[in-house]
Amino acid sequence: MSDIAVRVDHVSKRFRRGQLHDSLRDLIPAVMGRILGGGRGRSRAEREFWALRDVSFEVGRGEAFGIIGPNGAGKSTMLKLLSRLMKPTLGSIEVNGSFSALIELGAGFHGDLTGRENIYLYGAILGMTRREITGKLDQIVDFAGLEEFVDTPVKRYSSGMYARLGFSVAAHVDPDVLLVDEILSVGDALFQQKCVEHMRSIIRGGATVLFVSHNLKTVAEFCSRSLLLDHGRAIVVDSTPDVITRYMTLLRQHRAVSQDRPVVITAVHVRDAAGPCRRFQSGQKAWVDIEVVAREHTDRSAVVLYLRDDSHYVLFVTSTERLGHGNFSLDVGDAFCCTFELELNLGPGIFHVSVNLFRYDNEEWYDNWEAAETIYVWADRDTSGPVNCFPTVIRQEIHVSGQPAAHRDTLHRATRQIL
Amino acid sequence: MRAELAELYRYRELLVMLALRDIKVRYKQSLMGFFWAILMPVLIVCAGMVVRYAYAVASNKPLSLIDISSLAVKSVLWAFLVSSIRFSCQSLTSNNNLVTKVYFPKEILPISAVLSQLFDLFVVGCVLIVLLAIIQHEISLELLWGGPLLTITIMLAIGIGLLVATGSLFFRDVRYIVEALLTFAIFFTPVFYDVSMFGQKGHWLLLNPVAPLMEGFASILRGQTPDWPWLSYSFAFAVTVIVAGYGLLKKAEPAFAETI
Repeated sequence: MSDIAVRVDHVSKRFRRGQLHDSLRDLIPAVMGRILGGGRGRSRAEREFWALRDVSFEVGRGEAFGIIGPNGAGKSTMLKLLSRLMKPTLGSIEVNGSFSALIELGAGFHGDLTGRENIYLYGAILGMTRREITGKLDQIVDFAGLEEFVDTPVKRYSSGMYARLGFSVAAHVDPDVLLVDEILSVGDALFQQKCVEHMRSIIRGGATVLFVSHNLKTVAEFCSRSLLLDHGRAIVVDSTPDVITRYMTLLRQHRAVSQDRPVVITAVHVRDAAGPCRRFQSGQKAWVDIEVVAREHTDRSAVVLYLRDDSHYVLFVTSTERLGHGNFSLDVGDAFCCTFELELNLGPGIFHVSVNLFRYDNEEWYDNWEAAETIYVWADRDTSGPVNCFPTVIRQEIHVSGQPAAHRDTLHRATRQIL
Repeated sequence: MRAELAELYRYRELLVMLALRDIKVRYKQSLMGFFWAILMPVLIVCAGMVVRYAYAVASNKPLSLIDISSLAVKSVLWAFLVSSIRFSCQSLTSNNNLVTKVYFPKEILPISAVLSQLFDLFVVGCVLIVLLAIIQHEISLELLWGGPLLTITIMLAIGIGLLVATGSLFFRDVRYIVEALLTFAIFFTPVFYDVSMFGQKGHWLLLNPVAPLMEGFASILRGQTPDWPWLSYSFAFAVTVIVAGYGLLKKAEPAFAETI
């Protein structure tokens, strides 16, 4: 077998937009009309659009590869092409080895069947044989944590249980090439952790994995190389940090400025001591330059700075006013500039810098720029989570079992008290 | 085509699994499931009896036991054919989450719909065989023709199923057209009557590919061999429909995910 697991060669996909005739009742008059009335309506070219244009990339055997891009970039189309649900209009896709997709969990479930019956059914849909499923049944049930409910019809399951069972079956298919959509967000935090661990073990096991995701954190965590799609075109295929940096530049360009705001945030730039920068080491200093221009007279505004994590959860908020610099008033055409200095005690990952213009006394929003900048933080030590407490292990010892160790007992007692 | 058939073979377990799903779901609704399998054939048999009785009264020919048993067998098979076509017609649209989200050979859905109906036919068939045994129906070697006849019926069901399933995926009203045709097709098929009742003009009725099959079942119950040339016509028709249906579905398959 070759060293290439997936080869996408100059792939383009065209869709026809506009009215499709989905019943004969509509189709027959339309066809008759076209024959009799000549070429009325819009021309063919106008009704077409290209969801993907000339995309090429290769994924090596055993590699974890990410596909990222904003909404409408063509990710879902790429997903459907890779999973052979659609055929490319031009170009070719070659997948070496067995293929499975971790998408649309539990698509084949039937509510009236029990968990066990659905495992067999969904497993078969995903291409497993009966014997394989029987061999993995216990693992699947155990992974989903549904031992007591395997013989309950799934219509009585909670949505979480349903999704967990779906993921669990799909995750045990064991293909050579695995396609993963936004599904690592199934279930509670504990189950998500389990999913992530499972993905790691699949990658360690030598499978080729393709991640298609909005979640840059997941991509950054798993994939060494990534592809950035925008408007159907491959912008760049490179190492993941570089691709993510490129993606952030792209996101900045997508901001639509509305015209009715009295004050507008015109610029947000993140830099380090040397100049513009989007990659920081954990603990490093960063400066955020903000510029605001007034279109109308505005009173008592303040610039608010937010840090959000990759799932847009607010991690940190501050403002010029809260930092003791008071508020400011602007006349038409006036500009206001400020710079925040931040110490990035953040864990490795992706963070969005959002900026607001806010008036504290009457709680009025003037302007809001979500994810004005996105930064990528890396750390010199292996930690996860939004913050970095810069940990070091200062003591580690083994207490050989069988030896009286008063120490251990106290430890146990302490743990029990905490729990 | 060859690679596609090989793939279908690889997915054979899914075919069985989906058929089992339909059967289980139907029979899980406890007793109703079983009655459901019986209900439709019983209704058709009763309707046939009424029609046949009226004919017997009008023509002054008394109803024979063999007429009734042949009527019952034909009705049961007709019920199978109708519900196979009905269920396979909906098989792609009602499983749209599977069709658009997971890759597998999609012909499996209409074929498994026919398979699950075959199970119902089996249940009813058992009941029927017990009844025929009770009335001490004659047993002849010709009854072995039942195998080929049933096979052609199944082929016809699958072929038409593939065609209408693909059609109804692209055009929603195909389903209503199929329903209408299925409702009235029984009048154009010798289920309640025999072609011989029409004398010379009966041949026109045999152009309906289901007619030679129904006639065939009637013949073998009378201990006669089926009419060879007409039966080969049905067979050729069934093969053509299967090839056409399969070809159409396979050709349209890449567009399924874009259409629904």
